[in-house]
Amino acid sequence: MAYKLTVNGKSTTVDVPADMPLLWAIRDVLNLKGTKYGCGIGSCGACTVHLAGKAVRSCQTPVSAAANQQITTIEGLSAEGTHPVQVAWMAIDVPQCGYCQPGQMMSASALLAKTPKPSDAEIDTAMNGNICRCGTYPRIRQAVREAAAMGSRNRPTSVGGGSGLRKD
Amino acid sequence: MATQKQSPVSREALSEEAKIMKRRSFLQVSALGGGAALLSLYVKPSFGQQGRGRGPAPNLVPSAFISVAASGIVTIMAKNPEIGQGIKTTLPMVLAEEFDVDWKDVRVEQTDVDQAKYGGQNAGGSTAIPTNWDPMRRVGAAARAMFVAAAAQTWSVPESECTTASGRVYHKASNRSMGYGELASKVATMTPPALASVKLKDAADYKIIGQPIHGVDNLAIVTGKPIYGIDLTLPGMLWAVFEKCPVYGGKVVSANLDVVKAMPGVRHAFVIEGGTDLQGLLPGVAIVADSWWQAKTARAKLEVKWDEGKTAEQSSESFQKQADEFSKQAPKLKMFNDGDPDAALASAAKVVEAAYSYPFLSHAPLEPQNCTATYENGKLTIWSPSQTPSAGLQLVTKTLGMQASEITAHMMRTGGGFGRRLTNDYMVEVAWIAKTINGPVKLLWTREDDMSHDFYRPGGFHYFKGGVDASGKLIAWKNHFVSYGEGDRFASSANLTPTEFPARFIPNYNLGASLISLGVPTGAMRAPRSNAFSFAFQGFIDELAHAAGKDPMQFRMELLQAAQTGPAQDGFDPKRMQAVLDLVADKSNWASRSKLPKGRGMGVAFQYAHRGYFAHVADVSVDANNKVKVHKVWVAGDIGSQIVNPSSSENMAQGAVIEGMSHMMNWEITIDKGRAVQQNFDKYAPTRIRQAPEIEVHFLKTAFPPTGLGEPALPPTPPAIVNAIFAASGKRLRSLPIAKSGFSWA
Repeated sequence: MAYKLTVNGKSTTVDVPADMPLLWAIRDVLNLKGTKYGCGIGSCGACTVHLAGKAVRSCQTPVSAAANQQITTIEGLSAEGTHPVQVAWMAIDVPQCGYCQPGQMMSASALLAKTPKPSDAEIDTAMNGNICRCGTYPRIRQAVREAAAMGSRNRPTSVGGGSGLRKD
Repeated sequence: MATQKQSPVSREALSEEAKIMKRRSFLQVSALGGGAALLSLYVKPSFGQQGRGRGPAPNLVPSAFISVAASGIVTIMAKNPEIGQGIKTTLPMVLAEEFDVDWKDVRVEQTDVDQAKYGGQNAGGSTAIPTNWDPMRRVGAAARAMFVAAAAQTWSVPESECTTASGRVYHKASNRSMGYGELASKVATMTPPALASVKLKDAADYKIIGQPIHGVDNLAIVTGKPIYGIDLTLPGMLWAVFEKCPVYGGKVVSANLDVVKAMPGVRHAFVIEGGTDLQGLLPGVAIVADSWWQAKTARAKLEVKWDEGKTAEQSSESFQKQADEFSKQAPKLKMFNDGDPDAALASAAKVVEAAYSYPFLSHAPLEPQNCTATYENGKLTIWSPSQTPSAGLQLVTKTLGMQASEITAHMMRTGGGFGRRLTNDYMVEVAWIAKTINGPVKLLWTREDDMSHDFYRPGGFHYFKGGVDASGKLIAWKNHFVSYGEGDRFASSANLTPTEFPARFIPNYNLGASLISLGVPTGAMRAPRSNAFSFAFQGFIDELAHAAGKDPMQFRMELLQAAQTGPAQDGFDPKRMQAVLDLVADKSNWASRSKLPKGRGMGVAFQYAHRGYFAHVADVSVDANNKVKVHKVWVAGDIGSQIVNPSSSENMAQGAVIEGMSHMMNWEITIDKGRAVQQNFDKYAPTRIRQAPEIEVHFLKTAFPPTGLGEPALPPTPPAIVNAIFAASGKRLRSLPIAKSGFSWA
């Protein structure tokens, strides 16, 4: 089946089985490897992307359900690492193995787009679906706070699917 | 029964690596184009290399450790696998320090796999810092000495009048200076000094070591670049899945390959005969398709008739039953004895008896096992996310009957190791598949494959008896350790050092063991052995402290100060542990813990593991429904004179606590009919951000050489929290995970 996928502002028609999860279309058809496979059951959050501005698990989203909507992946936050969430993740030196971090950052950027100044409880709630096997949670919290502070200082424009920090 | 070997990164391997780097290496330089210099480290072949089945002794091969461009940009090669421990950043930091360049001018590149060139290339056993601390500094210092010599010759001044800073040589008296880049072409014509004789910096002058340097791959990580094994794509590459018998070591009798081959996108489906070594190539069915999703979809139609073998009769339930039976008998194996524990127990004022147990664990790194290979014209090339890529190469060479010269291996960054990738099963599987299909292919396991085909942290049982005298002194300790293995041979990572603390610190002490026969593969997991027994030992010590009517902190301190019955066999220095215990008591304000509200308490535990000394205090609440909230954990550690990179060190110590919380609360692999019951994170729930406490990490800098941090901060976590649960609720938990006793996170 042919589906039109709009990923990071770029539209492509992919010919894949209807039940193929969006994750594999992104990784292996569109060759964007930043979105990760971790569990395949929506439990770890490594595959998190934005679909119409909301954080979703791409391993649980069939391609057919994602067609004709704006999709943003980690590559769409910014290619150079300039999105506040990317800047904060580097400033706090969050990663250990780093494998979960794209998914963490997609959850964080979706949170900040909706709630620019989240409380600590809101951060924990928004990030609770993302497993970090290395246990970088203390730094993830710190980085989300840092990105929020940066966002209020410096209101960057959103990229791709309109899922960066909110434009005022 | 299938066979198992010990974990490949042993203490012997560690000292061998250190020897190779220390005594059998020297520097050479050569010119690169554009006025650049290449400093290469030669490693002389050692008996260790020849003895490990890699064929005849290699010629002296240079490996490029440093290159200096005319622009002054310095490229340092990172030789060890990066698994999240930060070594790709840390080892180049050590070299750059002695070379005396600015970190901003350093670029880091990963080497290929070749131990004959680079020395040991393993990630395991917290060995990278202790084995490389001295050699890496010497390589950097030798390089610096050459640039000093080059400048001194250029200026016709004595070398002793020259100094260096930020990648420049200075002659203060004549107010001259030259950058390393300007000197590189001259250096390329010079003879390097002997590594053993170079002068090393005074630690007080360090500018890079001890600084919180951020990970060199951070930008690639946060922008989603394809840097992990799973991300690598080769032109024309196919995708493979591999189904093995759910019972370890089971064989393929038959499979409906015709049905699978008719599925969309499938190019190949075939049985791999495999062998009986659980760490090698096991029997199974490979399906190779145009995409991974098609291979996985076709696999759903695969029906295999397995010969499951004897292991199918084993279960966690039968292990428990066997352990209970053993506990009523004398231990089959004598491991250590001091004094007369039975007589001492008979005379003790108080005797405590307790049975502790812990389960099998899966490593569950977030990146599932995978490997990529291509076979063309009789040559095999592998891209492997492995912790022991060199051992993997040997396994492939042997299993495929190839020559080492016909195989090239590249290292990929890995999405977590934790010991899982010490074994190279995925590597030999993809090699076999690539050779069979004669082309490029990526093998990717599902999460379910990963969790049900692991080399598990072995479970175990400790049947303790302890006695304190009327003064509250611990006078007797008996431990019947029921573990796994065949005859008197422990399964991999299922053993215990006979003199492990508190042996030698109690006058009447006995450790004996009995082994349960096991067909389930086991292996090293982060802090192997101590990640398990520390919970039992530190929990039982806590029980004895309460029986003695003493402060658990004070009781431990007195135990560490007790007269020793003999010398340490594992390098354990009780004074270093006393110091970290003091530090954690101070930082956690342990003395004021009685002011905590009802339902809240503090627990302490310590462990000497992989040369590191760690003591943790946990501050925990428990409510009436056994809901547990960890408010804060204080970590105090002594890993020697330098914390090379305080940023990654703090991160890793905090992560060790988070992982320990998973061990304590939820993690268990149950064996039923010879197979793993838990297959994914829904049934094997790791700690999540909501449960993550504040974690304060303190390092004590001591006069000892720096040692590793990958492992030792983990073991005290489960016992510190379980001891705090007792302080908060009066409930003593002796079996992990505690979810099985009705506890859960608040």
